[in-house]
Amino acid sequence: MTARKLTLAAALVVLATLPLWLVSAFYINIATQILFWAIAAAALNVLVGYAGLVSLGHAGLFGIAGYVAALLLGAGHGHPVAILAALVATVAASATFAVLSLRSTGIGFLMITLTLGQIVWGVAYRWASLTNGDNGVNVASRPTPFGVDLSSPTSFYYATFATFLLAMAMMAVFVRSPFGASVRGTRDQATRMNTLGYHVWLIRFLAFLFSGLWTGIAGLLFVYYNEFVSPQVLALQSSAEMLLMVIAGGTATLLGPVVGAAIVVIIKNVASAYVERWNLLLGVIFVVIIIFMPEGLLPGLTRLWRTHRRTASTAIAKGSVPISEGPTR
Amino acid sequence: MAVDRRTFLAGTALASLRLSGACAQNAPARIGLLTVKTGPLAQGGNQMEQGIVTFLKEKNNTLGGRKVELISADTGGNPAGAKTKAQELIERDHVDVIIGPLAAFELLAITDYVEQAQVPIISLAAAENVTQRHPNKFLIRPSATSAQCCHPMADYAVKELKLKRMATISEDFAFGHEQVAGFQRVFEDAGGKIVRKLWPPLVTPDYTPFIAEIGKVDGVFMGFAGSNPLKFVRAYADLGLKDTPLTGGWTAMDDALLKSQGDEAIGVYSAHFYSSDLDTPSNKRFVAAMLKDYDNLPGGYSAGMYIAGQCIEAALEKTGGKVDDKIALMAALRNVSLTDTPRGPFHFDYLGNVVGDVFIRRCERKNGKLVNTIIKTYHDVSQFWTYDEKWFLTEPVYSRDYPPAKNLEQ
Amino acid sequence: MSILLILAVNSIALGGVLFLLSAGFSLIFGLMRIPNLMHGSFFMLGAYLSVSFARAGLGFWGAALLSCAAMAVIGGVIERVLLRRLAGQDLAQVLLTLAMSFIIADVCLMIWTGDPIQPPTPSGLQGAIRVFSVIFPIFRLVIVLIAVTIAIALWLLIDWTRLGAMIRAGVDDAAIARVVGIRVSRLFTLVFCLGAALAAFGGAIAGPFLSIYPGLDADMLPLALIVVILGGIGSLLGALLGSFLIGFLYNFGQAMFPDLAYVILFLPMLLVLVLRPQGLFGRTPA
Repeated sequence: MTARKLTLAAALVVLATLPLWLVSAFYINIATQILFWAIAAAALNVLVGYAGLVSLGHAGLFGIAGYVAALLLGAGHGHPVAILAALVATVAASATFAVLSLRSTGIGFLMITLTLGQIVWGVAYRWASLTNGDNGVNVASRPTPFGVDLSSPTSFYYATFATFLLAMAMMAVFVRSPFGASVRGTRDQATRMNTLGYHVWLIRFLAFLFSGLWTGIAGLLFVYYNEFVSPQVLALQSSAEMLLMVIAGGTATLLGPVVGAAIVVIIKNVASAYVERWNLLLGVIFVVIIIFMPEGLLPGLTRLWRTHRRTASTAIAKGSVPISEGPTR
Repeated sequence: MAVDRRTFLAGTALASLRLSGACAQNAPARIGLLTVKTGPLAQGGNQMEQGIVTFLKEKNNTLGGRKVELISADTGGNPAGAKTKAQELIERDHVDVIIGPLAAFELLAITDYVEQAQVPIISLAAAENVTQRHPNKFLIRPSATSAQCCHPMADYAVKELKLKRMATISEDFAFGHEQVAGFQRVFEDAGGKIVRKLWPPLVTPDYTPFIAEIGKVDGVFMGFAGSNPLKFVRAYADLGLKDTPLTGGWTAMDDALLKSQGDEAIGVYSAHFYSSDLDTPSNKRFVAAMLKDYDNLPGGYSAGMYIAGQCIEAALEKTGGKVDDKIALMAALRNVSLTDTPRGPFHFDYLGNVVGDVFIRRCERKNGKLVNTIIKTYHDVSQFWTYDEKWFLTEPVYSRDYPPAKNLEQ
Repeated sequence: MSILLILAVNSIALGGVLFLLSAGFSLIFGLMRIPNLMHGSFFMLGAYLSVSFARAGLGFWGAALLSCAAMAVIGGVIERVLLRRLAGQDLAQVLLTLAMSFIIADVCLMIWTGDPIQPPTPSGLQGAIRVFSVIFPIFRLVIVLIAVTIAIALWLLIDWTRLGAMIRAGVDDAAIARVVGIRVSRLFTLVFCLGAALAAFGGAIAGPFLSIYPGLDADMLPLALIVVILGGIGSLLGALLGSFLIGFLYNFGQAMFPDLAYVILFLPMLLVLVLRPQGLFGRTPA
């Protein structure tokens, strides 16, 4: 445990001092992107890992936050109004998604969330008079919380880092709370939970709202970072990438999605300079992980390394589905 | 794991420091190309690259005495991609000049960022406001604004083709909106009526439902770009509309598309700032090189990039090969005025947009090949057409709904 | 009036293409219980392959058939080598198909580049015929004929052959089918190959009609999903009717309500998933 805590502390220090030793604006920006995508991935993991519900529509929630904020800002409202409205809209949308999709679990849930995501994308893409369609919506400025100007990469990085820490803290609280335990309960033994008197549907519903809220916050960071939003971010590919982040990092831990986000963002942005076809690389990684390391990249690699070192008498854990066997802590 | 990541990142950070710090005279100047290699606009994007590569090859990668190197980036043909790639080119690759992007909506997404970063940009993207109401001081555009060719096309449609009721159809994005708006303004100011405006999405597999909506008109104006004109013109003919005159902007009947077209293209009119059979020495060299290397006639995209190269060369000659002083480089670019170019003589107005010739062409078959024959030339066409510049700039920018279409019929 | 007729013909043609795409998807979903998220990629890859074979000199129809066969092989390999490893883990298999769709899309981009390709209409079928002053492109009518012919052939296969009976048994209850001695895993491979081949053929035929471009897979997959969910999983009749219904919704929706075009398409799917998960003709819910 101490080794883990030390690594965590070291990582925190590294992240906190990043702009000091990583001078290039380009790489600071990459770090910022990793952090807000990590929030989105962690939010998705609330459903995928902890509630056992795989959603392919979360890009819709991500995008709703971005669009509501961008459109309100364009209409002349101030940042507080835009941010608040965006979050309210996202939670309302999450509630709608939840009501419709929780009629099912497993593949049914997946299909319904996929459809909902597509509907939201369709509106963003074709309802041009509302959303400006393909042209997207430009955002003129970033907010100035407590008077701090966020227009430079460094200052925006710190704002994102602060939000990230808050998100991780909230996630930790959620996981360790009785509510978190009941969510895991609905994942593992829904019928038994029901018998014990837990309102399974309500628990899942609230988990969905929690997930949606943080997805929305990540979406806001996204739109302020890019100062631009377009239908692309709502597309199926985007939802698939978010899911990939969760699965690549591993659903078993709080930090798994963070690692997954880092992997995907780095491949997209940095590797793309050296490898022209990075989508292919992403897909191959995805396939390898699903087949050989379904519990995620880090846990999987650790397991493979450990079994490589141990003698043959130790049984190798069978590659179990990441979804149904999530975190126990 | 943390150590590895830090070393990797620090290493690249140091590398980037070194590049930005020492911009020695011997290091090549870097030109960043924002192009599109995926999707319907890839047709144009590939040509952009071919055009600049042809120019650099002709000049042996040395412009104004300075060696140059070209870095290409694929934006994917969408604003988000353009933003990402612009950031990469500027922050990671430290380019001195950006050429491109291709599409109006891409330019609109990056213009503020590029201006803040003070990087000169030579774009073919036609977004009107970037040289009008929100001018980017670091931009020049050697091709045309969205409406620059559509104004004369409308003039020709009214005065020579005697069309009175027309429908317009173009993709539902900035370039499409602005082209149609420009056409509509001149057409209706001369007494014509636009009775229907149709806006298929940029990616439309099948234009039939939209063509079915055209109705009874004297003629149609299309503003399609990329490879969409190929599908549209074929569907237009397939559905029996050949008798209704079809007019288009420059991307709709670009010379480079003729290779992939058949009889359906015969008789279509278009207005362009470039024509492959224009008789200037540079154009003759350019067309010959393009035919030899790529087996295709050049069109507006490749010619535009060749001309962008010529502008960079002229500017570098003036600054003595130096690119460090961005303000001086930009001033030199703005002052470029050439006569021997693939599009003929041109110069830039004070907002950075080109003033030059626009040709009206009609597609016909000559010696078995499709060509766009020039039937009329308008000289010294600016982005304001014949309107008073001050008045023009006080009007809202061309958009989907401006100028308002008062003559639409249901 | 003629607008409606033109749109109607187009709808039926699109419906024909959608049927070729969705029939395989429906069978795979019915038998293997997974939505094959690679199906759009099979369609696109089949279209690209057909173009390359045609350019190599095979002629339109020869190229389409060869592409069909090639995709059957590719589909079979994917099923045996990759999907088989995750037997029994439905969700993991779905994610695998999703990942493979990324890979196939990028491979297509590498081989055929990003420029859209519009293969020429096969000679002899170009042009249009005039019926009461309305113009119908001939090739689109031919597409419909082909789709209906294949529909009949599939129906004969599924309802009248022993193999078809085994497939139906597998769709109804795979576990019991195994008990009775049916080699369900072999059926999986067979149906997967068949589905891939049908999708490829659909892509090959749709080439001159829709053109082939990066992103075609992402455009077609949701349509297949909608058709199958509406028509019912595992039901060929449902796939047929669903295809034509969606063909109509798509064309008329685009023409009449362009702003809400996608909402019109996805809303019925959503309603079915939520209210009647087995679709119009299916027996097992999604």
